[in-house]
Amino acid sequence: MNVHEYQGKQLLRQYGVATPRGVPCFTVAEAEEAARTLGGKVWVVKAQIHAGGRGKGGGVKVAKSIADVREYASAILGMQLITHQTGPEGRIVKRLLIEEGADIRKELYVGMVVDRVSQRVTLMASSEGGMEIEHVAETTPEKIHKVAIDPTTGLTDAQADDVARKIGVPEASVAEARTFMQALYRAFDECDASLAEINPLVLTGDGRVLALDAKLNFDSNALYRHPEILAMRDLDEEDPAEIEASKFDLSYISLDGNIGCLVNGAGLAMATMDTIKLYGAEPANFLDVGGGATTEKVTEAFKIMLRNPKVKGILVNIFGGIMRCDTIAEGVIAAAREVNLDVPLVVRMKGTNEDIGKKILKDSGLPIISANGMADAAQKIVAAVGKTTEPAL
Amino acid sequence: MSIIIDKHTKVITQGITGKTGGFHTRMCRDYANGRDCFVAGVNPKKAGENFEGIPIFGTVAEAKARTGANVSVVYVPPPFAAAAIDEAVDAELDVVICITEGVPVRDMIRTREKMCGKKTILIGPNCPGVITPDEIKIGIMPGHIHKKGRIGVVSRSGTLTYEAVGQLMEYGLGQSTCVGIGGDPVNGLKHIDVMKMFNDDPDTDAVIMVGEIGGDAEETCARWVKDNMKKPVVGFIAGVTAPPGKRMGHAGAIISGGKGTAHEKLAVMEQCGIKVTRNPADMGRLLKSVL
Repeated sequence: MNVHEYQGKQLLRQYGVATPRGVPCFTVAEAEEAARTLGGKVWVVKAQIHAGGRGKGGGVKVAKSIADVREYASAILGMQLITHQTGPEGRIVKRLLIEEGADIRKELYVGMVVDRVSQRVTLMASSEGGMEIEHVAETTPEKIHKVAIDPTTGLTDAQADDVARKIGVPEASVAEARTFMQALYRAFDECDASLAEINPLVLTGDGRVLALDAKLNFDSNALYRHPEILAMRDLDEEDPAEIEASKFDLSYISLDGNIGCLVNGAGLAMATMDTIKLYGAEPANFLDVGGGATTEKVTEAFKIMLRNPKVKGILVNIFGGIMRCDTIAEGVIAAAREVNLDVPLVVRMKGTNEDIGKKILKDSGLPIISANGMADAAQKIVAAVGKTTEPAL
Repeated sequence: MSIIIDKHTKVITQGITGKTGGFHTRMCRDYANGRDCFVAGVNPKKAGENFEGIPIFGTVAEAKARTGANVSVVYVPPPFAAAAIDEAVDAELDVVICITEGVPVRDMIRTREKMCGKKTILIGPNCPGVITPDEIKIGIMPGHIHKKGRIGVVSRSGTLTYEAVGQLMEYGLGQSTCVGIGGDPVNGLKHIDVMKMFNDDPDTDAVIMVGEIGGDAEETCARWVKDNMKKPVVGFIAGVTAPPGKRMGHAGAIISGGKGTAHEKLAVMEQCGIKVTRNPADMGRLLKSVL
């Protein structure tokens, strides 16, 4: 789960991570009020959406007067902010963060992720702040410093000081940088984060170390023990189809193609999407119905897929295994009837009672196309819907 | 022979009294030598009772001492799964197989740390388990789609593994052992660990490795194969069409920072002498072609 920058900073401050002072706002009036309360002469008006690249998209402005704050807040609130991470449709800005301006001397980068190789949380730091870290990793990998953190000791003083010096923190600010990084690790660990990015981390004119931006992701499997973080979820930032699917314990992701897929198991679902592509079409979604594909779940899955106007056909691929194919067939028929299915449907089932399942589909009177194997299924649905890309096979 | 488990393995079910644990213990007990293999369950509140004749003990250590069990399978709910693994490790079992899906990564980081220097091998979490066909199955895979043979299978995913097995069977190819290692970012055995075991197993002739987007475990395994493997290996990676930055079901199945794409993995595997296919319907035929 993602949170907004202002929410991430609120959390980080609780652990002692230094950030500029700021106030989240939902209206222009609130923004003006916030600037007055914060005081000072320079403020930053920041669009709050769950995507990076906000500055380049025009979602971050430096204001030198209250009138500026008003002007920028009016311009940004409600704007369709397009960044390299939002896709061409962009996001409507509904929240702002008004922050005090910082006297930036130097921009650095500090991030933390769960590293699969060391099986630990890894601190990544770089002197190249403000840039995309992937870009730095590609062009100047020697400028990224990594430290795997032992969960029993946390980030040690020696590790933190070493990293601080390597990324160019001046000696006078090393102690503050150490406190900052150790606090960041405690926040990461105790909040069950899966990613934390402070980009940029800034050194100010008076030697302070501040998180100018904060991006936090959390392990969704651990949210049950963090109700305060779960409460930060902003449904406006998520795909409505994905939210709907999650209510029925379906794992769904919208894609750009026109063939809906309903599959049991994440790996098989990805493989099914790949097969569709191989035969010259594009999947409209990823959809894993999970282990217990009940009639209710299959029906809801059909409804969610068909709400997407781009869907011109559906491919069901179920490897029954322990589940019986006759049960799956009945579920598919019930779902097809309930939604008055009017696009081609190809069903591939494998497992126990496969033949009975196929007979049930055939006898249903519905125009369901039965397939043997994944390749056959993909070919049949692509033939029914029409090729949209050059097939690789 | 086989790897990890065989008909002599004695298994403890942790979470035997839950719905999933009970259901699958029954299925496993009814498969091949299961009746001799599934010897104990654990539930501190129900010690002294039994599950359909399988005795329930208060702790893993007690279950091991009383039955001689050397392997456990974990079905306990996610908040308690890592502690269940820790208990099996502390009891010095040979293997613990964690089926539970949705274990917090933070818990697994700590569990992995505690496992350092211990003898126990972990498989999973979030995996279908391990099967040595016609001898023993430990996990949630359908037993009847398998048969004994000489092909090793290692995979990060569940149903896609069954798909691979189904295709092998169409070519009459049985399996020595099939290992589902699971799709979580912090877990037990990786592709490479299982590959080494298959390399040393005299009853495995060839291996099919199935991976998916995210991480670099497949590449690491491929590089090892290039320098060490004495047997043919074929592979498939799911997720060519997966968009970056989106988690595709499994916690570990995500392309982040442009890394961990299916194309990249397939390219490295090919460079390392592994025959790969981009068509998941072609895994069985490909394996047959290298024998």
